[in-house]
Amino acid sequence: MMVNNKKPLFGKTLEELKEIVQKLNLPSFTAKQLADWLYKKDVVDFEAMTNLSKEARQKLSDELVTGLSAPEKVQASTDGTKKYLYRSFAGKFVEAAYIPDDDRHTLCVSTQVGCKMGCLFCMTAKQGFQGQLSAGEILNQIRSLPERHLLTNIVYMGMGEPFDNLDETMKSLDILTADYGFAMSPKRITVSTIGIIPGMKTFLEQSQCHLAVSLHSPFEEDRKKLMPIQTVYPLKEVLDTIRNFDFSRQRRVSFEYIMFKGLNDTPRHVKELAKVLNGIRCRINLLRFHPIPGTPLESSGDETIAWFREALKEKGIMTTLRQSRGQDIDAACGLLSTKELLKK
Amino acid sequence: MELFETQVISHKILGISGHLLRVPLLHEFNPGQVMGLGLKGLYPPRIYSIAGSDFKTWIEFLFDVRPEGFLSPKLAELKAGDVIQITKPFGAFLGSREPAWWIAGGTGIAPFKAMLDAGLIGNKTLVHGVRDPSNFYFYEAFEEALGSEYVRCCSGEKAEGCFNGRVTNYLEQLPELPSDIHYYLCGSAEMVVDTRDVLIARGVLFNNIVAEIYF
Repeated sequence: MMVNNKKPLFGKTLEELKEIVQKLNLPSFTAKQLADWLYKKDVVDFEAMTNLSKEARQKLSDELVTGLSAPEKVQASTDGTKKYLYRSFAGKFVEAAYIPDDDRHTLCVSTQVGCKMGCLFCMTAKQGFQGQLSAGEILNQIRSLPERHLLTNIVYMGMGEPFDNLDETMKSLDILTADYGFAMSPKRITVSTIGIIPGMKTFLEQSQCHLAVSLHSPFEEDRKKLMPIQTVYPLKEVLDTIRNFDFSRQRRVSFEYIMFKGLNDTPRHVKELAKVLNGIRCRINLLRFHPIPGTPLESSGDETIAWFREALKEKGIMTTLRQSRGQDIDAACGLLSTKELLKK
Repeated sequence: MELFETQVISHKILGISGHLLRVPLLHEFNPGQVMGLGLKGLYPPRIYSIAGSDFKTWIEFLFDVRPEGFLSPKLAELKAGDVIQITKPFGAFLGSREPAWWIAGGTGIAPFKAMLDAGLIGNKTLVHGVRDPSNFYFYEAFEEALGSEYVRCCSGEKAEGCFNGRVTNYLEQLPELPSDIHYYLCGSAEMVVDTRDVLIARGVLFNNIVAEIYF
């Protein structure tokens, strides 16, 4: 079990690395060298950081660990999706889903162990909340992925609510997009939220990454039954926040909309969606519902989904249907869970 | 969130781990709503349910201290006269005069206390679950208002007059649950999700369940 008293270095910003090397009385340029090794190369321990002096490597390994850990388990779907199990620094487990699709290779990462948000349709909600992931633990899901060199897109849509772990989420995004870090384009990264407004505002102001919002019903009373967050941050205020933000310059906002039979898939819902999204240049991603144990919800049928998509398009709303991927290994949207591992 | 500075009127310890902070009422609110609480220099504020009021001069907040927490250890050190920052009230977990079951875990009793103070107690059943019997916050007030419709569940030691077990255990052993009323749940994510699952399994329609989760 990877529980270690030494603190991990992976997931530190360049500024933090500078502070660390200063405390260790190492030359200041060591910070940039460390960032290169951590975020641009493939080494996993200090000994392999060959342009650092022997003394520097010794001091680093005396005080710290890299904090990198390979996935402990992988499950492969017949459709090519893979679900990876990672152990956090505190010995807890999270999952990440790798989704290859022609020349697009997406990794869906987790930001928390479990989740506090309690959405009725989500398997992660059923395991409760076991802890926050650090920026390093979020980024380790990317850095230690066997297919990391193929990745084209990162989506923060795995276990947990990113804006309930705002500081570490923002730090991970900084490192992902910084020149000293992974140097990824923010246009290749999407962060999904259920609508925690203060965190969303910070994200919109301080990051250039795309935003996705879980919508699922345009009617506030219905949404409240699906998503308890609605009682604290109502949809209207979420949408007003987005409406007041400048989404030009290639930045994108999209809305996730799981299709529930008889609940949110009627002409009334199309009409209301068009009304509440008026003035927001956006896209709606429709998703089939993947049933979870004990759920009272059912997915809309394919015909209804196709009709709903066309009806939204006729209203001038760009609408896509996201393919279900990895359903046979419980890697599809809303199915990630490490609850069973809590018992061990 | 816009923050307003005010001063703590009083700070009481309830049970073994509860804290009740009373501050001046600066803005009107609806029972069940929440407010952001903060301390200068510590941003962002954290959200707490309003746990009672005289609806004229003061409101109260109930919390327990999470040692690893961001704000609660500092709130626990406040005393009368100390400065605290508050937001305007917000949120839509609102009480009504309709018949309902209120189900709370730990400090999740807070919004129901505000509803009680507002007189929205008629036709209600309250089920409150805690681990330690000293944490049945506002016990006397609920006992007086609800009598036999107030059920205490203690998952720790056996306590007189209490169901020994979790709220979910209590609900599971009831012969039947009313199906034509609303159920309001408030507490931790785990408590709310588990309770919701039990209610649904016992035949309650999910759209009769309204939940507020502390996060």
